[in-house]
Amino acid sequence: MAGEITRQIVNGILIGGVYALMAVGLTLIFGVLDIINIAQGVLVILGAYLSYSLFNKAHIDPFLGLVITIPAMFIIGVVIHWAFISRLRGGERTSMTLLVTYAVGLIIEGILYKIYGASNVSLQPRYVNSSVHILGVYVGWVYIWGFILAVALVVILYALLYRTRFGRSVRAVMQDETAARLVGISVNKVAAITFGIGVAVTAVGGVVFGETNAFNANSGYDLISRLLSIIILGGMGSVGGALAASVFMLTLESVVTIWQPNWAVVVYYAALVIVLLYRPTGLFGQKAVRAQ
Amino acid sequence: MKTQNLTKGGGIVVVLVVAVLFPQVFTNPAATNYGVLALIFATAAVAWHIFSGNTGYISLGQAVFFGSGAYTMGIAARDWHMQATAVFELLPLSAAVGALIAVPFGLIALRVRRHTFIVVTIAIFFIFQLMAFNFWFTSGSNGLNSPFLSWAPVPYNQNFYYIALACTVGTVVVAWLVGRSRFGLQLRAIRDDEDRARGLGVKAAQVKLAAFVISGAITALIGAVWFYYLNQVQPQTGFNPLFDLTLVLMVFLGGYGSISGSLLGALIIEPLYLWINTQPKLNGYNEIMLGGVFLLVVLFMPRGIVPTGSEYLTKLRTRGRPAVSPSTTIGPASSSPSAPSVSSGGAR
Repeated sequence: MAGEITRQIVNGILIGGVYALMAVGLTLIFGVLDIINIAQGVLVILGAYLSYSLFNKAHIDPFLGLVITIPAMFIIGVVIHWAFISRLRGGERTSMTLLVTYAVGLIIEGILYKIYGASNVSLQPRYVNSSVHILGVYVGWVYIWGFILAVALVVILYALLYRTRFGRSVRAVMQDETAARLVGISVNKVAAITFGIGVAVTAVGGVVFGETNAFNANSGYDLISRLLSIIILGGMGSVGGALAASVFMLTLESVVTIWQPNWAVVVYYAALVIVLLYRPTGLFGQKAVRAQ
Repeated sequence: MKTQNLTKGGGIVVVLVVAVLFPQVFTNPAATNYGVLALIFATAAVAWHIFSGNTGYISLGQAVFFGSGAYTMGIAARDWHMQATAVFELLPLSAAVGALIAVPFGLIALRVRRHTFIVVTIAIFFIFQLMAFNFWFTSGSNGLNSPFLSWAPVPYNQNFYYIALACTVGTVVVAWLVGRSRFGLQLRAIRDDEDRARGLGVKAAQVKLAAFVISGAITALIGAVWFYYLNQVQPQTGFNPLFDLTLVLMVFLGGYGSISGSLLGALIIEPLYLWINTQPKLNGYNEIMLGGVFLLVVLFMPRGIVPTGSEYLTKLRTRGRPAVSPSTTIGPASSSPSAPSVSSGGAR
């Protein structure tokens, strides 16, 4: 029993790292653009399908294929921002962009469904079932690689945000868009690049998700509802909050799975509801900074 | 102004007469099927308007009520062994369950503002879908079947048409009464500026919750009608993630913030959607089309048909001169009760 719990905790932390990466993309987009990207879940599935095609048609390993898929997803993100999001104006902009990204997600889902059909597929490179003995439990290599990659990318994102000129302009836009515009920051460019980065990280999420789950075009809904819960719980726009919340939630879920596999997902939403009852801004959200 | 009211009244009478005569002229079950489903969605869209259109809080969790209404009727009819037309006596129960669910749902979701609210409604929606899949009394993914209704095919659709029409008319009346009451003004004050409305003494939390409960009860009621019409419900059809998006699309197409817009949008989109589904060539494209139409509407006609159309008509009538001389207030525009807040719905 104790071994089982340790195994689930290790698993939860490792998967939590990958979810953190996807959630950081989402929360970054929200912080800078005041946009909730509902398409994020479908974009992860799109990333998974891209890796799937590269692997099955060109025999490129999914992890190596990231060299291709990350820039591809970045470009898709920039295009979505340019074509739809940058065109919306006015006071209802946030609500409208939410609906627009929902519609974009729907279109992507429809296209994926047309191309790949409704049957479940999964990424099956040779090493997908091999595992290693750590802390007295067996852990799949996929989870470890995914976790390492996710942590590396989160660190890079963090460095980008806090150590570069671009990061400084991103944070300036987060704090006050008008003021940022006044000191000469090209807000539109910052927004487009941020949206691109937020979408690009879904490529990594897609690989790990695709290697650990069977997926089809519909799988995005489950993902997006979890990711949304994570970023609300962590406080919208808070990168650290998203990290903490995703590791916490995924660990909680995978521990509950031991007793109640069907209901484990409910833990997510129940935790969300409880936190919102006491702290409507989430665990790390700052009310004063982000007046809604 | 008086002739305008007269034309408006005449227009409503004409629409009602056409709506009542429709199943008598087109008796074909395929045609009345379009009518029934369009009216069901029209009711749901106007119910959405009562809360979201008035307050500006976009709810993507209406499917919670729709599915709960359907499941309430299904479970009650099964466990109490009800048959045939007696099942219709369960409609008030469905509405009551919808209202009961709306209270805790609203208390939780309405603690947060605007866009977080949207996300919370989505999260609560997924909880309900999951419950429908996993509870013992909902029969899991098989869903529920309704009792058999021994009506012949032709009056079957016609009877349901009139039931749905009654629901639509009733909901429009409720929405109209809400819109012109003090309560409706308070809701729109919240939409324009919640903090200022609170400052002026509007009990925002209570008012929002009341509107949410009304909207939830109506949606649950029409969900039950929908269930009995189709004879079945599954978790993914009752609690359908596309349901809310479709509602929002209907309202935005017709005109966000206006009753006639919500109604018109539903009457355009639902038949169109049903028609696309019957075209073998377009099979599998309905998601792409729904998303595409939605993007076109939001990007090119963000205010919807009714506000854009009525503005155009006013322009024609006044030959380009402004109908009312523009006010010369300086500073933030006040939302006075006489301001036509209906037509300014999507403009902000």
